[in-house]
Amino acid sequence: MDADNKVRRKEVLSSMCDERARMLQDQFSVSVNHVHALAILISTFHYYKNPSAIDQETFAEYTARTAFERPLLSGVAYAERVVHSEREEFERQHGWTIKTMQREPSPVRDEYAPVILSQETVSYIESLDMMSGEEDRENILRARATGKAVLTNPFRLLGSHHLGVVLTFPVYKSKLPTRPTVEERIEATAGYLGGAFDVESLVENLLGQLAGNQAILVHVYDITNSSDHLIMYGHQDEDGDLALLYESKLDFGDPFRKHTMICRYHQKAPTSWTALTTAFLFFVICLLVGYILYGAAIHIVKVEDDFHEMQELKVRAEAADVAKSQFLATVSHEIRTPMNGILGMLALLLDTDLSSTQRDYAQTAQVCGKALITLINEVLDRAKIEAGKLEMETVPFDLRSILDDVLSLFSEKSRNKGVELAVFVSDKVPEMVMGDPGRFRQIITNLVGNSVKFTERGHIFVKVHLAENTKPVADTKAENCLNGGSDDSVLLSGAHQFKTLSGYEAADERNSWDSFKNLVSYEESRYDASINMTVAGETSQSVSLMVSVEDTGIGIPLIAQDRVFMPFMQADSSTSRNYGGTGIGLSITKCLVELMGGHISFVSRPQVGSTFSFTADFGRCKKASFNETKKPNTEDLPSSFRGLKAMVVDGKPVRASVTRYHLKRLGMLAEVASSVKRAVSACGINGSSCGSKIQPDIILVEKDSWLSGEDGDLSLLMLDRKQNGHMFKLPKMILLATNITNAELEKAKAAGFADTTIMKPMRASMVAACLQQVLGIWKKRQAGKDTQNGSLRSLLCGKKILVVDDNMVNRRVAAGALKKFGAAVECAESGKAALKLLQIPHSFDACFMDIQMPEMDGFEATRRLRMMESQANEQMNGGDTDEGLAQKSEWHVPILAMTADVIHATYDKCLKCGMDGYVSKPFEEENLYQAVAKFFKVKPISDS
Amino acid sequence: MNIVNQLQRQFIDFSTSLHREGFVDDQFTQLQKLQDENSPDFVVEVVSLFFEDCEKLINNMARALEQTQGVDFKQVDASVHQLKGSSSSIGAMRVKNACISFRSFCEAQNREGCLRCLQQVTHEYSLLKNKLQTLFTLEQQILAAGGSIPVVD
Repeated sequence: MDADNKVRRKEVLSSMCDERARMLQDQFSVSVNHVHALAILISTFHYYKNPSAIDQETFAEYTARTAFERPLLSGVAYAERVVHSEREEFERQHGWTIKTMQREPSPVRDEYAPVILSQETVSYIESLDMMSGEEDRENILRARATGKAVLTNPFRLLGSHHLGVVLTFPVYKSKLPTRPTVEERIEATAGYLGGAFDVESLVENLLGQLAGNQAILVHVYDITNSSDHLIMYGHQDEDGDLALLYESKLDFGDPFRKHTMICRYHQKAPTSWTALTTAFLFFVICLLVGYILYGAAIHIVKVEDDFHEMQELKVRAEAADVAKSQFLATVSHEIRTPMNGILGMLALLLDTDLSSTQRDYAQTAQVCGKALITLINEVLDRAKIEAGKLEMETVPFDLRSILDDVLSLFSEKSRNKGVELAVFVSDKVPEMVMGDPGRFRQIITNLVGNSVKFTERGHIFVKVHLAENTKPVADTKAENCLNGGSDDSVLLSGAHQFKTLSGYEAADERNSWDSFKNLVSYEESRYDASINMTVAGETSQSVSLMVSVEDTGIGIPLIAQDRVFMPFMQADSSTSRNYGGTGIGLSITKCLVELMGGHISFVSRPQVGSTFSFTADFGRCKKASFNETKKPNTEDLPSSFRGLKAMVVDGKPVRASVTRYHLKRLGMLAEVASSVKRAVSACGINGSSCGSKIQPDIILVEKDSWLSGEDGDLSLLMLDRKQNGHMFKLPKMILLATNITNAELEKAKAAGFADTTIMKPMRASMVAACLQQVLGIWKKRQAGKDTQNGSLRSLLCGKKILVVDDNMVNRRVAAGALKKFGAAVECAESGKAALKLLQIPHSFDACFMDIQMPEMDGFEATRRLRMMESQANEQMNGGDTDEGLAQKSEWHVPILAMTADVIHATYDKCLKCGMDGYVSKPFEEENLYQAVAKFFKVKPISDS
Repeated sequence: MNIVNQLQRQFIDFSTSLHREGFVDDQFTQLQKLQDENSPDFVVEVVSLFFEDCEKLINNMARALEQTQGVDFKQVDASVHQLKGSSSSIGAMRVKNACISFRSFCEAQNREGCLRCLQQVTHEYSLLKNKLQTLFTLEQQILAAGGSIPVVD
């Protein structure tokens, strides 16, 4: 842009300069031509005419009148050529002497050129010898040699003091030949016509006529002498735009002289807007970029600072977290120690004679203290997990019995709520696995505890299977859908029921019968192949189990589902008000599951229920170590039921499977019938057709099925029973129920069911006990007199036994029975009395304790007794052993609970209080024998 | 000898009828088996204990149920429980069954039902007492006549 501008500027300058040069040249040549004409005039009228037609007057007048033709010439004059020989003649003729330029009489020379004719404007030069001036002389010589107009160097003119040049034309006397030589010209020369050009005013004039005069500065130089330029026009000191100038050649018709015109602009080129804006923009951009860089730098510095700050904060936060965990661990521990003291003292306080109010206060304090200890343990667990200090045990344990134990803990609660509680463990799950039974128990307890807490109706179902089995189930499930889904939908009294354990809808459909059935059948189909499979299965060292706990409770609100596993978070603040708890349980559970190499997840729908599932890795247990490592707390399931056939009558297939699972654990073969009618036809108890069909020893009837079944079916059963005659072949009928009223019980008995009802939740040991009770009598009848009588006698003979019962009659009967087997019996009528008798040292070999007693029940008495014993043991181990004590290594009197209802007396609770077992009341020899045999097994041998 | 035989038959018939009519069950038989030369009066002893106990409990219950307002069902229930325990211990089946329905009324806090049951229990108790007294008298007579008490299975 700028370059364009420059080019255009230069073009304008050159055109202007050329124009001026041309005009100047034209005007000049016009004047020169006129002078030329004048020269011809003089030669014509002065020399060719004789006498001369021109004198001074005529010349002056003529020149004055034709002056307009020569605007550039200040004046013209004619000087005649006078050789020295003619000087005197000439001076005489004119009447004056030839003078030099300095107006002095001319010295003697070869030749003179005195002015004889002159224009009035320059009349002062008349009689002056033009050849006396250096410039003019040279001019004259050159002019007569060339015959052309010649110019002098510029010089200050005499009159005006303007710079000017003098133009000289030769005037010849005679006509010259066409090609005259220089000598011929000199010979013919008669005189010289000269005129002074006032160049300054000429140019001034000229420029004044042209546009753009102000814009440019013009100088005219004589450059004949190339080293020394003589200025003809313009002020030397005027300097315009020095950067740009233009030179035009001038030809004034004198080939000897060279002239040039130089033009430049008056002012420098105005700087262009584009340049300005560009510069400005560039500046702005630079500024912005600079600012951006500055900002970025500042930002980077700030971010770095922030980062450092964050890092420091993170380090501090982590340190605080560690400190918090340590603090929690320490404090929990520190709280536990005094809490144990408080609880111990409270226990001792309860021992003393207290009024009932005082006792109530103390007991409340004890309950609260225990709750606090539980909470502290949980917090300690949590802290331990956070600190990474929780280590997992790896010992073999029986998963099924742990599940049974946990269920028994909640059986009371669930039964009170009318919630069905059940457990199912897949056959593929190994009997014994390696892992941490305590922690596994804790997880299950937490989950089931939660479920029990939040469930008011329906069921809670714990299911365990191999994690790898879930996949084929999913496949078969999809297949099932393709085939058209369920073909035998369960419709009970017109309302659709979900095929879950209790018929209530569950959040996760995985446990519904459609898939569950597949799981079971899948396992059965693999059962044949399992012989081969086990070889492959045993080789892998670990087994991954999938445990799910399903409930039909209130569910978890959708918004709260994200933070279920966060510690101290409950669904909302009202939860802890309504249901209690700290919300720490699930977070501990999650940590424990993760420590077991699994993960936990859940599906929950509000008002429908929740299903928590977790996987966990356990080690496989080598078969050889089974017997040695069996933990003392694992219940031995009696093997006496092996091979018995059972028929389960239950309309709900999932529940039936659970029942069957428990029966299978006892070694029984179980068949399922969906209704009583089907059971009747399947059993083949209907008269003659018994040959091909199975003959169950026991029929287990679910209460729902029994109640919904028609009376006709039952009476049919009854009828068959009576018709059949031979009593021993008849199956026993046992009722299964979650809760049952006495009226229903009576009705059941009337319908031919056994006295004992199996109350849910089912546990293998409990089922075994019930079956024993039902079948035991039957067996006795079958086998006649019990052969174990003698052995029982051998066991109990000579033993000193304490019987504790508040009921006098019971006491007497129990004592009588024991005495009969040779035992020495003492009686106590209350827990307190028993404790007095059992003050250490004592000589009792065993204690039979009634559970339900006023003031101090059997459990409480046992707890105290155990406390006493442990104190005594400590003392004994600590100090010197007394003589009497030295015989026994440790005090531990076997205590057996006596209870009328075997079913409700949970084995677990007995064990928890420190009891060693239980016997049914009134005594049955077999039962008694089994219970007693555990403790006295060794002694008869050592005695004998 | 004739008298002894006659008495023995009478004894067997009577105890069979006791079983058949449901006054006593297997447990009573077991109790009888426990009686031997070391404790010759075991059954009588236990049964009289039972009767004493029963009377006491029945009186307690009657007293508790006399109140028209604010009957202490808990106490009644405890008594019934005791009674049930003792009756099942000696095998007094009808008393025991009466106790079972009694307890359900206690749970329901139904005073009318309780009173009815109490009446029934009292009735059963006195019936049983009469029957057993007859039985024991027979036993005494057999022993006095120099015979042995037959074992009823």
